[in-house]
Amino acid sequence: MTKVSLTVNGKPVARDVAGGTLLSEFLREDLRLTGTHIGCDTSQCGACVVHVNGKAVKACTTLAASLEGADVTTIEGLANGGLHPMQEAFKEHHGLQCGFCTPGMIMSGVDMVTRYKAEGRELTQEAIRHELEGNICRCTGYHNIVKAVEDAASKM
Amino acid sequence: MYPVSYHKPASVDDAVKALSSGEEAMVLAGGQTLIATMKQHLAAPSDLVDIRGIAELSGIKISGDTLSIGAAMTHAEVAASKDVQKHIPALACLAAGIGDPAVRHMGTLGGSVANNDPAADYPAALLALGATVVTNKREIAADDFFTGLFSTDLEDGEIITRVDFDKTEAAGYAKFAQPASLYALVGVFVAKRGGDVRVAITGAGDDGVFRSEALEAALAKDFSEAAAKGAGVSADNLMSDIHGDADYRAHLIRVMAARAVAGAA
Repeated sequence: MTKVSLTVNGKPVARDVAGGTLLSEFLREDLRLTGTHIGCDTSQCGACVVHVNGKAVKACTTLAASLEGADVTTIEGLANGGLHPMQEAFKEHHGLQCGFCTPGMIMSGVDMVTRYKAEGRELTQEAIRHELEGNICRCTGYHNIVKAVEDAASKM
Repeated sequence: MYPVSYHKPASVDDAVKALSSGEEAMVLAGGQTLIATMKQHLAAPSDLVDIRGIAELSGIKISGDTLSIGAAMTHAEVAASKDVQKHIPALACLAAGIGDPAVRHMGTLGGSVANNDPAADYPAALLALGATVVTNKREIAADDFFTGLFSTDLEDGEIITRVDFDKTEAAGYAKFAQPASLYALVGVFVAKRGGDVRVAITGAGDDGVFRSEALEAALAKDFSEAAAKGAGVSADNLMSDIHGDADYRAHLIRVMAARAVAGAA
């Protein structure tokens, strides 16, 4: 077991974890934060995307033991009082059907908007589609997801 | 996955010690391939030695005509580096096209190179650019480093610390990505230094990354899209699988080579 101390959604967390414990398992089973979904469990679908130190990563392909001192944000930590502008935009534009991929879509959406703003690049529709390559929606709802990210980008 | 012990050493020496202490210890560099492989039980290391805490393996530096990239630099960091963009823009462009954004935040140069996946992007860049792989023990020319499918010249206890790339006159990379995996179905990296042109192909060879003599000869004579398209690329020793047969890949090699030449800078 490895002792790991980190921050999850602003709260300090310390646990002993097995070397092979995935961040997705750690969040869902140890911390009961089940908003992070496990879809493919092979790092393709992006349903498990969370932020580690402000960057989007796939929780199913990250070891909890490697996160000593890290700052993790999950979908549960995004709303601050009211919904986050990205969540609001997904609601407004109907950027979901079954909703399974939504937590990962939203976390990837926030990541790309933050990154493009920091680099001073324009987040075009084409760029959003390209940036969403690692997030799969099987209801084929991409069109409204792209619209939601675009709208949220103007409000973040 | 099977139980595994996790280690995070702060120095290369401690990493080497940790690697030799385990029964079957492996280096964890970004884990974007290794963790998935462990879940499938295709890899079952007793110990994982996470090298991301070693300061020596970080950073991007230019000295003279040489660009040095630390082994633990992520694809996102390489893609966003002003030094890489200026020195070898094709390399920044290649890094920006590996996998997807979340994978690029974790996957590292050293991990990709040490794994030598036959469809990975970086091996093509190292081979075409004639890069030098620097380890804790020695310097290895890219020509000697890649030794076949998932195989390299690295010895037990040997850790990549950085990769050195010499500046080129022009370099370009184009890949046709397999749409589901985003790995290269065919990726072609071209690098020109005076009359010398090196062309490396990933995704297509049945023994991993390789140099194309036909394309190198054609482009040395005439560095143009037309020369790339007209080169006599053979389908011998190319991969055939569900995504495309050897003839299809041979055709794609010419097309991607032409695009790499067109985009070369």
